[in-house]
Amino acid sequence: MEHAAGVEEFPRFETSKMGVWIFLFSEVLLFGGLFATYAVFRSLFVQDFARDHRELDVTLGAINTVVLLCSSLSVALGVASIQRGKTRPLKLCLGVTILLGFVFLVIKYFEYSGKFAHGIYPWTSSFFSIYFLMTGIHGLHVLGGVIALSLMLFWAFQGRFSATNYVRVEGTALYWHLVDIVWIYLFPLLYLVA
Amino acid sequence: MMSESAGVQAAHAAHAHHEELGFLRTYVFSTDHKMIGRQFLFLGLLMLVVGGLLAMMMRWQLGWPETPVPGMSWAPEPYMFEGIIPPQTYNMLFTMHATIMIFFAVMPIMIGCFGNFLIPLMIGARDMAFPFLNMLSFWTGAVAGVVMLAGFFVPGGHAASGWTAYAPLSASAIYTGVDWGQNLWNISLIIIGASSLMGSINYITTIINLRARGMTWFRLPLVIWSLFITAILLLLALPVLTAALAMLLADRMLGTHFFLPAGGGEPLLWQHLFWYFGHPEVYVLVLPAMGVTSDVLSTFSRKPIFGYRAMAMSMISIGFLSWIVWGHHMFLSGMNPALGTAFMMSTMVIAVPSAIKTFNWLGTLWGGSIRLTTPMLNGLAFVSIFVIGGLSGVFMASTPVDIFIHDTYFIVAHFHYVVAGIVFGLFAAVTYWFPKMFGRMMNETLGKIHFVLTFIFFNLTFFPMHFLGVAGHMRRIWNPLQYEFLQPLQGMNQFISVSAFLLGLSQILFLVNLCWSLFAGKKAEVNPWHANTLEWAAPSPPPHGNWGEHLPVVHHGPYEYSVPGVEEDYLPQTTPHALPVTAGH
Repeated sequence: MEHAAGVEEFPRFETSKMGVWIFLFSEVLLFGGLFATYAVFRSLFVQDFARDHRELDVTLGAINTVVLLCSSLSVALGVASIQRGKTRPLKLCLGVTILLGFVFLVIKYFEYSGKFAHGIYPWTSSFFSIYFLMTGIHGLHVLGGVIALSLMLFWAFQGRFSATNYVRVEGTALYWHLVDIVWIYLFPLLYLVA
Repeated sequence: MMSESAGVQAAHAAHAHHEELGFLRTYVFSTDHKMIGRQFLFLGLLMLVVGGLLAMMMRWQLGWPETPVPGMSWAPEPYMFEGIIPPQTYNMLFTMHATIMIFFAVMPIMIGCFGNFLIPLMIGARDMAFPFLNMLSFWTGAVAGVVMLAGFFVPGGHAASGWTAYAPLSASAIYTGVDWGQNLWNISLIIIGASSLMGSINYITTIINLRARGMTWFRLPLVIWSLFITAILLLLALPVLTAALAMLLADRMLGTHFFLPAGGGEPLLWQHLFWYFGHPEVYVLVLPAMGVTSDVLSTFSRKPIFGYRAMAMSMISIGFLSWIVWGHHMFLSGMNPALGTAFMMSTMVIAVPSAIKTFNWLGTLWGGSIRLTTPMLNGLAFVSIFVIGGLSGVFMASTPVDIFIHDTYFIVAHFHYVVAGIVFGLFAAVTYWFPKMFGRMMNETLGKIHFVLTFIFFNLTFFPMHFLGVAGHMRRIWNPLQYEFLQPLQGMNQFISVSAFLLGLSQILFLVNLCWSLFAGKKAEVNPWHANTLEWAAPSPPPHGNWGEHLPVVHHGPYEYSVPGVEEDYLPQTTPHALPVTAGH
């Protein structure tokens, strides 16, 4: 209510943003179920976790962490620029974010295929069941985010966004930050756990 | 709040004018909350019939085990053998009866239909916050329904591990012989989870953001309070089920080791995750019926609801407590006794808000000018049935007693008194809001006959199950005659079966009344029940955009009946009143 936006735009703005936040709550609970499973398995199979996590490539995981952090930064910069009505930096930032999302997925693809090449599959052990399911569901979220960001980029080229109309970009950015945050937890729990 | 509703009003007034949508946009892919509500109603009623027929087949097998079910000789092998139900099919029947009733009958009707229809109308909005998302919610729900029904036609039959899908039974086809049935069951529930999620986002945002001028939180009708809390429970419970279902599906299809002990999985984990969702789910089912009952009881007692704030607060506390009681489903699954005691205590605490609700309903009736209309009779029945179901719940909550009656027909009786008792809330809601939904009145005589028969046969069906349970009759058994100690009880099983068939037949009256009234019922007035809430200020049925030029303005709470100094015995929320009114400030 402290915003000085026009009466016409203001409620739709707040309403959409609230919807996104409520959706993000449910996403936290979705990953919460998976993290709870992780906690149970970690306490049941301490040795297996200590042994199996060494199979993961910490370097690739760390690169992916940096990639996602940078993508979060670029999408935030995109929102900041459209808030000032600048559409060209918005397009640039969205493009960079999409690119980084792809980079993340490609690195993930090489990680997965490397595991399969070494005979490691989701059914190999409890650790790898958890690893493949959590990173898999997270990967699907990255893919969904890339699709949503591409739609935003398409709309940006159509000139749909302005300093008073950017709520969809903002909502997508919020979602992208959540995807990033989940990875921030996944990386140490899966790659660095000892 | 003020500027927001003004903005929405302006936006929607512009929207309301370019009318004349085609058939497809009006009836099929509608974004109008009222049409989506009606779609959910018919989807739910269809599935209610399917779920009911599955129950009838189970009752035949329990009453007259291993004899051909009349009229079912056409069913192909291996589902049935010349009409005789084999054990595998019996497992499928009880699994799918519960799944369909919970996810595809009660939830679509109580939440999908009435949530959609009532929320914008009762808070004075023109539509939901996200109408397109709302349409998507219905159609993903419909797809989930198709996927669920498809499971009946795949080789191996439908899911047969109970609606709780306990691992390892559900986690591998080697235990039940069910392969794609259980997979489709999982997939369908993941899809319906997405549908419910879209619904909850809409409900929560709409109730917070789109209330009309003057509609403060404590002027909301209790049915809106109940739907608000229900939406929050759904939002926080379903994703956890989705996560668990994804793991179960991975176990089945990828060969992971989440719940299969053979590969190092933990079957108890499924139970924890499932009931973390499952117990809030019980309140998801029952809270809207409580809200409906509150509104109906107040309207037809011509009295304000007794203890409005206590009613709202007790629903909030039920919602909160529902998160910390899931362990009471698992007392016998292997649990630290100290933890069991903690879950016993938290469970028993739920009796407090439940009792507050019950006594406030009684307080509402006390001294009122009671009008025994069909919705009122059903509302009263809901209260009495809920009391029985609530009291029998205390037995299960108490760990020492639970050891004795766990997984017997006592629990079957208990949860049918609670969740099957919701049908009285459902009938109350349908008969109460039918005039607003379809612009016609339902037949009162037929409605009352249907109510009386349903009430009698409901109790004759489910009450004797308590006795069976205490006598040791296990739930989910195919043929009770296989157990010598259950043979003397077979007469009671047959009595229950006959009552169940009559209960089922009585529902034909409801369907006849519904279909007949849809086309030939008396035209409904704007406010046939002389009720206060906002939806009765809109035309019957309300047009697209609900309110014409101007949004309604709310002046006081929803339950101002028989206010001293007011000529009529009701005072609509839109009517200003000079005298100080008690509730809602």
